[in-house]
Amino acid sequence: MSRLRIATIWLGGCSGCHMSLLDLDEWLIELAARADLVYSPIADAKRFPPNVDLTLIEGAIANDEHLELAQTARRHSKIIVSFGDCAVTGNVTALRNPLGTAQSVLQQVYIEHGDPGGVIPRDPGIVPVLLDKVVPVHQVIPVDYYLPGCPPSAPRIRALLEALIEGREPATDIRYG
Amino acid sequence: MDLHELEAIAERELAQRPRLRILYCSATGCQASGALEIKRRLESLLAETGRQVEVDVGAVGCLGLCGRGPIVRIEPSGETFEHVKPDDAAEIIAALDGHSCDVARCDQNHPFFTRQMLIVRRHCGLINPDRIEDYIAVGGYRSLYHVIHEMTPAEVINAITRSGLRGRGGAGYPTGLKWATVAKSPGERKFVICNADEGDPGAFMDRSILESDPHLVLEGMAIAAYAVGAEQGFIYVRGEYPLAIERLQKAIAQARRHGLLGAQIFESGFNFRVDIRVGAGAFVCGEETALIASIEGRRGQPRPRPPYPAESGLWGMPTLINNVETFANVTAIIEKGPEWYSSIGTEKSKGTKIFALTGKIRNTGLIEVPMGITLREIVEEMGGGTPDGSPVKAVQTGGPSGGCIPASLFDTPVDYESLAAVGSIMGSGGMVVMDAHTNMVDVARFYMEFCKDESCGKCIPCRVGTVQLFNMLTKLRNGQAKPSDLSKIEELCELMRETSLCGLGQSAPNPVLSTLHYFRHEYEQLIGAEGNHGS
Amino acid sequence: MAAKTLTIDGHLVSARPGETLLAAIREAGITIPTLCHLDGLSDVGACRLCLVEIEGQRRLQPACMTMVSEGMVVHTNTPRLQAYRRQIIELLFAERNHVCAVCVASGNCELQRLAGMVGMDHVRYEYLSPDCPVDISHARFGIDHNRCVLCTRCVRACDEIEGVHTWDVAGRGVDARVITDMNQPWGTSTTCTSCGKCLLACPTGAIFPRGVTVGERPHASERIALIVDARKQRW
Repeated sequence: MSRLRIATIWLGGCSGCHMSLLDLDEWLIELAARADLVYSPIADAKRFPPNVDLTLIEGAIANDEHLELAQTARRHSKIIVSFGDCAVTGNVTALRNPLGTAQSVLQQVYIEHGDPGGVIPRDPGIVPVLLDKVVPVHQVIPVDYYLPGCPPSAPRIRALLEALIEGREPATDIRYG
Repeated sequence: MDLHELEAIAERELAQRPRLRILYCSATGCQASGALEIKRRLESLLAETGRQVEVDVGAVGCLGLCGRGPIVRIEPSGETFEHVKPDDAAEIIAALDGHSCDVARCDQNHPFFTRQMLIVRRHCGLINPDRIEDYIAVGGYRSLYHVIHEMTPAEVINAITRSGLRGRGGAGYPTGLKWATVAKSPGERKFVICNADEGDPGAFMDRSILESDPHLVLEGMAIAAYAVGAEQGFIYVRGEYPLAIERLQKAIAQARRHGLLGAQIFESGFNFRVDIRVGAGAFVCGEETALIASIEGRRGQPRPRPPYPAESGLWGMPTLINNVETFANVTAIIEKGPEWYSSIGTEKSKGTKIFALTGKIRNTGLIEVPMGITLREIVEEMGGGTPDGSPVKAVQTGGPSGGCIPASLFDTPVDYESLAAVGSIMGSGGMVVMDAHTNMVDVARFYMEFCKDESCGKCIPCRVGTVQLFNMLTKLRNGQAKPSDLSKIEELCELMRETSLCGLGQSAPNPVLSTLHYFRHEYEQLIGAEGNHGS
Repeated sequence: MAAKTLTIDGHLVSARPGETLLAAIREAGITIPTLCHLDGLSDVGACRLCLVEIEGQRRLQPACMTMVSEGMVVHTNTPRLQAYRRQIIELLFAERNHVCAVCVASGNCELQRLAGMVGMDHVRYEYLSPDCPVDISHARFGIDHNRCVLCTRCVRACDEIEGVHTWDVAGRGVDARVITDMNQPWGTSTTCTSCGKCLLACPTGAIFPRGVTVGERPHASERIALIVDARKQRW
């Protein structure tokens, strides 16, 4: 049996879901026996590689870089999992949505509640450009499975991964927050 | 008050009436286009020549052709003028004297007039709505006298049942059956409510009845009260109808003064008092349970039925609630008999229905037609088609609860069942005509916006569903929708139809579903058409 | 009057006359989702989650406001009802800013539980993200409109049990909000007795006790029924 190619990506989120993944401790060693982690914030890879079997996406789509990476991941992955509440609902990342457009949010954060004489950082190509609205992953690319939770607990992550690796349909286990 | 006094009033009224009369429409539409200024000019011109006694300048109710107002009619010739301007006053007086006159005349031989059958609107344009004497002179309150003195309540209900009259508010529930239920329901008090919270965009039938012939509605309510055993009535009229409210107030005061409302009507043991309740502008208050909550002084929100108001309505008492036009049909049925009434219309839809013709149509206004007439006759013959002669694309009936019927189905007869079969409803009588320039997604979006603004917020499917649907239709209109969005729209429509608490939410998807059914290509054209904002 | 016999999901069930279908369904050991219903309060049939199919009736009926009748055949959990319930919960989550991660009620929240119960693994509708205020003018309680689902349980608890009617609803459609007195800050309400029954009744974290951290808000809606019972029994 060929080894699975797994990727994880970290978009608009706090990395707590990745921390929870690392909480799987020694099971990660079992996982490593069956799969390669080909792209991840915790792996040294600069480009999202082709032919990925399974990608976990943590975080919401908050800026143009997130959008592009999510689309790339979708193109190159057989299965996409929305991993954690930010990916599934927007969650804390989306708390800025009621404040209005990106411009309005930046104005409030950097000027009104920050430094009245300050400037809004603007460096396209270096600093990603905020989208007007933070959206969950499934609003920009098709998603195959959802694992809500803030973060999803290690046993829930393991249950999902085990099912997907073994080609089973994962049991529904829905818990937000 | 007895029958002799009533007839004496009628005789006196007719005897006093000058032979020469100039009657101007004093309903909202014509007032808005300047009827009152015309009246002043006519009166001052007549006063200058000392003819103010010889010629009567009188207000009458709606003459129907609202789009061509102000409308003025002269008697005895019966000539009717349209688009009258204050400067036309002298010419009209000349016409009264038999001289030629250049003011545009309504073509009374046009199908708009000749195809009508006036039952509810039989006094409209003939009587002054501010004067009870005018109403009595055309036979008013005779039916009430007849009912109180010569019929039992059961006989009245039987007559209404046999007439085949169905609710004119839109749903078409058999009126006689409703009356019978209220009559049979136990309760220490009973109420009669007239639903005058007409709110559909493009609908003004009820307003016109109330502004043109308020006593007809009061008499109908009194007969209903006698039949079901109620002593208190309410007219729930929307605050946006100030003229109707004013005329109703006047009419109620006059009727009370004449002993036609209040205690011991026509010197019988029958008491019936009517009060007005003014709605504060919520469309949902046209829904009967919300309307009742509003009269009770609570927030105007519907509640699940059963129990129906006929069993448990206002303050938990059996309550008869009918629409303005329904009550306005009652005296004619009593006067001419249920057999006469049921000979009009189709097998299941009897009598006439008033429609408000609006939109891309040459003859905008109100028509009363026998049930069973086809949409084609209404739109093309009576309405005269579109103003620029281009083909009619569709007609929307039933307002935000109704649907769009394409021109290919214009041979559909206008009756409750046939309209439902083509995905629309009879509704209260709004009929909005659309031509080739109308985008049907825009139409659906317009009605969804209306429903979103008017949803009371009580149940989730309607409160949030209308907003989501509106947003999806907006996205579609802006060319930002994905192909999968159409099925999402349909799925949400189904949810709202099946799970909303009241008729507002249940029928809110109808304009979307019917346009999706008949004009799906217009939706599909917009999908993926990014940046194409259409015409 | 004799007991009524009805069929619920294929099982014969007996029920007391005058009992609601919801009570009969629960007595039969069947769980169906509810949100605006709370034992001890009157029913309004607003959330539409307890809609059931009754044979011979064209429309779905809310179990909480439908009285049992002899021979009724009821289906509580058909695929169609399951789909509708999930959609309704999705609409609710999309309506305001329900962010479980930062909510005082997380772990004690009926809405959160319902999401799991109806299988809502994601929301297919666009989040409306309204800008909702938080009123912490009251010394002991606060109301966060971001988390309100407009179930009106607070309104009914205040009116029917405390007999005060400090709470009501203002506005229409998605703009509807629960309000105190004449839509003034809660802390300035002259009718509020600070009894806390609204807090007990609230299914989410909308009404919360001040000074309590995430996950600590006790959920004790059943105490509303206890109070009602205690009064009836004159304990």
